[in-house]
Amino acid sequence: MIQLENVQKAFGNNRVLRGMTLEIKSGTSMVIIGGSGTGKSVALKCILGLIQPDSGKILVDGKDASTGDRDAFLAKFGMLFQGGALFDSLPVWQNVAFRLLRGSLKRPQAEAREIAIEKLRRVGLKAEVADLFPAELSGGMQKRVGLARAIAADPEIIFFDEPTTGLDPIMAGVINELIREIVVEMGATAMTITHDMTSVRAIADNIAMLHDGVIQWTGPVSKMDDSGDPYLDQFINGRAEGPIEAVR
Amino acid sequence: MNPLTLLAQLGRMVLVTLAEVGRASIFAWSAITHIFRPPYYPRELAISLLQIGWLSLPVVGMTAIFTGGALALQIYSGGARFDAEAVVPQIVAIGIVRELGPVLVGLMIAARVTSSIAAEIATMKVTEQIDALVTLSTNPMQYLVAPRVLAALITVPLLVGIGDIIGIAGGYTVSVQSLGFNSATYLKNTVDFLEPLDIISSLVKGTVFGGISAVMGCYFGMNSGRGAQGVGRATKGSVEAAAVLILAANFLLTGVFFSV
Ligand SMILES: Nc1ncnc2c1ncn2[C@@H]1O[C@H](COP(=O)(O)OP(=O)(O)OP(=O)(O)O)[C@@H](O)[C@H]1O
Ligand SMILES: [Mg+2]
Repeated sequence: MIQLENVQKAFGNNRVLRGMTLEIKSGTSMVIIGGSGTGKSVALKCILGLIQPDSGKILVDGKDASTGDRDAFLAKFGMLFQGGALFDSLPVWQNVAFRLLRGSLKRPQAEAREIAIEKLRRVGLKAEVADLFPAELSGGMQKRVGLARAIAADPEIIFFDEPTTGLDPIMAGVINELIREIVVEMGATAMTITHDMTSVRAIADNIAMLHDGVIQWTGPVSKMDDSGDPYLDQFINGRAEGPIEAVR
Repeated sequence: MNPLTLLAQLGRMVLVTLAEVGRASIFAWSAITHIFRPPYYPRELAISLLQIGWLSLPVVGMTAIFTGGALALQIYSGGARFDAEAVVPQIVAIGIVRELGPVLVGLMIAARVTSSIAAEIATMKVTEQIDALVTLSTNPMQYLVAPRVLAALITVPLLVGIGDIIGIAGGYTVSVQSLGFNSATYLKNTVDFLEPLDIISSLVKGTVFGGISAVMGCYFGMNSGRGAQGVGRATKGSVEAAAVLILAANFLLTGVFFSV
C-alpha cells in the first residue's frame, strides 16, 4: 500500500504539489490524470525519493519512504520514465536486464539476456532489437524498451509515466493489456500516469485527478462518468470550456 | 551607485563562490570514498581507463613533442645571449619534467576528458538517466563517478610520465638534428641532471591534476541545469574550473616540492 499524506513540493515560486493526499491499495491499478504540468511526474518522483518533498508524509507498506534501507526499498519498484531514460551507452538488452546484471539480483549473463528478450517480446519488440542501441530505435520503440526495463525484475510496485504516449493504437492496446496482466496475474501494484482516456478505462481500478496541486477527485473507474465533479467532467470529455482554464 | 550596495554585491559573490567551493569539496571527498566502497564496477572502470588513458595518448604525445622541441629552440637562442647554449639538455629536462609536462598534460586532459565527462553525465542527468540509475538500485556516485575518478588517478600520472619522456625526446631531436648537439652527451647531461624528486613531483602533479579533471567533470555534470543549455553550461564550467584549479594546484605543489 502506498499512502501520500498532505505532500507539498515547490520549485522556487512554483508551488507544484500543495497537499496531495492519496492511497493506493496493494494489487490495484491506480491511474493519475490531470493537466499538463500539474505535477503528476513530480508526485511519482517524490514517492521514489528522487525528489525530496518539502513537507508531508509518504508511506509504502506503512513504512516511511524516506528512512530505512534505500536498496531494499527501491528493489520493490519498477519505473517507466516519461522520456524513456534509456542508457544510451548500453545496448537494448543490457538496458532491460540492467538490474539482473549487477547488484543483489545478479544472474548469469545468458540468463539475464534471455529474460530481457522475453520481456521485450511482451512489449511487442522482436529479439533482433536486443542488440541495437537506444538511439537506433524510434520514439515508441524506446518507450517500450523503457517499459520492458521497468518490469524486468518483476517488481511489486510499478510506476508508468505515460506508457502509451507516442504509440500507435494497436501497440497502445498491447501495452494496456500488458499493464492489466501485470496487475491481475502478478498481483503488482501499478500507478500509471496517462492522458489517454481509452487507456484509463482499460487499465484503471481507481483513478485520481490532480489539479492545482491537490487530488481533485478520486474513486473507482466505474464512477468516473457520473462523478458530478465539473473538473473531472471537463477533463475526461476534453472540453475547452469549464472550470479548468485552458491557459496555464 | 551606493558604495554599500556594491560592497553587498561583492560580499554575496564571495559567499556564493565559497559555497560552491564547499559543495565541490564535499563532492570530491564523496567521490574518493566511493572508490573504496563496494559494489565495484570493473566494466565501467575498464571503459574509463581506455577513454581517459589510452585514447588520450595521441594528444598528449603531440603536445609534449612540440613543446619539447620549441623549448630547446628557445633556450638555445635565449642562452646564446650570455653564452649558455650548452645548458639546453638540463633546462629542457627540468622545464619539461617539473613544469611543462604535468601542466600541459593536465590542461589537455581538462580539455579532452573533463569536457567529455561533464557533457556525458549532464546529458544523462537531463534525460533522467541518473534518476533511472537510482530507481534501478544503482548509486550514480559508484557507477558513474568513482570509475572515472579512479581511472584518472591511475592514468594521468602515467600520461604525464610518458609526456615527460616524449617532451625530452622532442628537445633531444631538435638539439641533435639542427642545433649540433652530440647525441650521447645530450642524453648523459639529461640523465645526470634530473633528480628523483623532479620525477616524483611530476608524477604527483599528474595524479592531482587527473583527480581534479575527473572530479570537476563529474561535479559539473551531476549538477547540470535542465535542457541543452544546462549541458552547455556544465561543460564550459567544468573545463574552466578544472583548468584554473590545475594551474593553482601546480603553483602550490611547486611551492611544496621546491621552495626550500
Ligand atoms: N527538477 C525540476 N526543477 C524545477 N521545476 C520542475 C522540476 N521538475 C518539474 N518541475 C516543474 O513542476 C511542474 C510539474 O511538472 P511535472 O513534470 O510533474 O508535470 P506533469 O504533470 O507530469 O506534466 P505532463 O503531463 O506534461 O508530463 C512543472 O511546472 C515543471 O516545470
Ligand atoms: Mg509528466
